[in-house]
Amino acid sequence: MPATQTTAPPGPADKRISGDLIFRLVTTVFAFSILIILALMLAEMTSESLPAIRQFGRKFLTSSEWDAVQGNFGALPYLYGSVISSVLALALATPLSIGAAIFITEICPKKVGTWIAPLVELLAAIPSVIYGLWGVLVMAPWLQSTVQPFLIEHFGFLPFFQGAPYGVSMLAAVFILMIMVVPIITSITREVLLTVPLSQKEAAIALGATHWETIRMAVLPYGRSGILGAAILGLGRAVGETMAVTMVIGNSPQISLSLMSPAYTMPSVIANEFAEATSKLHSAALMEIGLILLLVTLVINALARLLIWSVTRSAGGGAA
Amino acid sequence: MMKSVFLRNAKNYLMTGLMLTATLAVLIPLGLIFFHIMKMGMSSVNLDFFTQIPKPTGETGGGMANGMLGSLMMIAMASLIGLPVGIFGAIYLAEFGGSKVSTAIRFAADVLSGTPSIITGMVAYTLLVVPMKGFSALAGSVALAMIMIPIVLRTTEEQLKLVPGSLREASLALGVPMWRTTLKVTLRSALSGVMTGVLLAIARVAGETAPLLFTALGNQFWGKDLTQPMAALPLQIFSFAIAPYEDWHRLAWAGALVLVVVMFGLSLTARYFGRTRTGE
Repeated sequence: MPATQTTAPPGPADKRISGDLIFRLVTTVFAFSILIILALMLAEMTSESLPAIRQFGRKFLTSSEWDAVQGNFGALPYLYGSVISSVLALALATPLSIGAAIFITEICPKKVGTWIAPLVELLAAIPSVIYGLWGVLVMAPWLQSTVQPFLIEHFGFLPFFQGAPYGVSMLAAVFILMIMVVPIITSITREVLLTVPLSQKEAAIALGATHWETIRMAVLPYGRSGILGAAILGLGRAVGETMAVTMVIGNSPQISLSLMSPAYTMPSVIANEFAEATSKLHSAALMEIGLILLLVTLVINALARLLIWSVTRSAGGGAA
Repeated sequence: MMKSVFLRNAKNYLMTGLMLTATLAVLIPLGLIFFHIMKMGMSSVNLDFFTQIPKPTGETGGGMANGMLGSLMMIAMASLIGLPVGIFGAIYLAEFGGSKVSTAIRFAADVLSGTPSIITGMVAYTLLVVPMKGFSALAGSVALAMIMIPIVLRTTEEQLKLVPGSLREASLALGVPMWRTTLKVTLRSALSGVMTGVLLAIARVAGETAPLLFTALGNQFWGKDLTQPMAALPLQIFSFAIAPYEDWHRLAWAGALVLVVVMFGLSLTARYFGRTRTGE
């Protein structure tokens, strides 16, 4: 008789189980949709760029010819523009962001910190088209009239500062990207620094360390991989940033050492040409640029997340 | 071995000064952007901006009413698609998921939310615009939904995990089935936190431009058909900002002000919901 004891009354129980089953099924499908979207992205982008991959092979990455009429496509100027603009922007933004995050969490009075931190987060949420609007109507004219003539006059002997002041230029793209990634790196670095255990700091203070020594010995080493992750995440944002860069970089596919001259990036060429692609091969070439962009940002983001998780997970104590 | 106290103190002050400088260097450009949006936007925005559609090239005046309507419609549509997927997916992660699968999905969501939004636009283009043989607001909405899903999923899951297990157990012990327990007890007690995530996701897609470039495309006129190209506020700001007309720049500033006010409003509301939750 034990068998009948474990089975519940037939009617409602069956309904219950089926209700739960359906519920479970629906939530499972929706959760897995994330993986499906990711797979779909990769599959679609790859299959759509196949014509260009077949036609140009490895030459696509080394040629700088981009001729929609002749059907010759090489992505080198776009790759170059993307790499230079985002790496320079990150090099400028990272020290500033780390300094600001340390200042907010460790140095300034708590009240000021709790006031600045949400402000920085709010600024991270401003849409990129608005940064672009400001960049093209305020910053670029200012660069053209003040900063670029100064750089050209005093540092013109360096190849990086030669040429005419255009305003819209690689320099403008670097600046706007820097302004845009700073809030992101700052707020994640801040989160990482907040996980540093108090006891660690107290130990340093008890040994007679000054404020800065405490930060250097107890705070920074603890959050190192998380801060690195924050910077890499900023790099991912900079590489994929489309609107603001398109509006200020000048959109000219040339490879020039000078920061004064206009340039072009991978997302910008997609934004400008994709809707009006003239041939199958043209859109396939743009798709291949998109695929490269997708793969690069996937790798960058995966790396950044692993680094950030390694800090905040172990410290937060949150399971799973 | 010990450096003199004087040197150590000097270094302390030097570094503190440097970090203060860094903070100012971070805040000043952002303050300038905010200042310009306020200044230029305030002087540009007027009643016409909210009621008129853009005037043809060369004429002054007009507004971005069609863009605002289009943005509203596409955001509503994207929420209709994205919110259920994100919230139910989060329920799976928080309530059912085995740890390995959940971690993989979580990781994929975090990675997905970092991919450039222009890629989302390209994917929506190949999936919807090409088969439907034309740019459409529907394709734009799907692209926006794909951006919302990972954000909603992650924030909702965090909130569901905060609900104490004893609440679920109490409900289950009363004989309430799992699905009702989850919807009526777990989700309801996390509701304000979930709302925070939803509002933040809406704020994020409200300003998205790149995914709409090859999907909704934009429209000079009133477009209310979801299968046709539709105007959107961010798209209009973009095309007006890079146009060589003074008066169009004015409209772009006005649009930027409206967008920023809406986004800050959403963020502050989200913060308010978040606060009432932690205050409980």
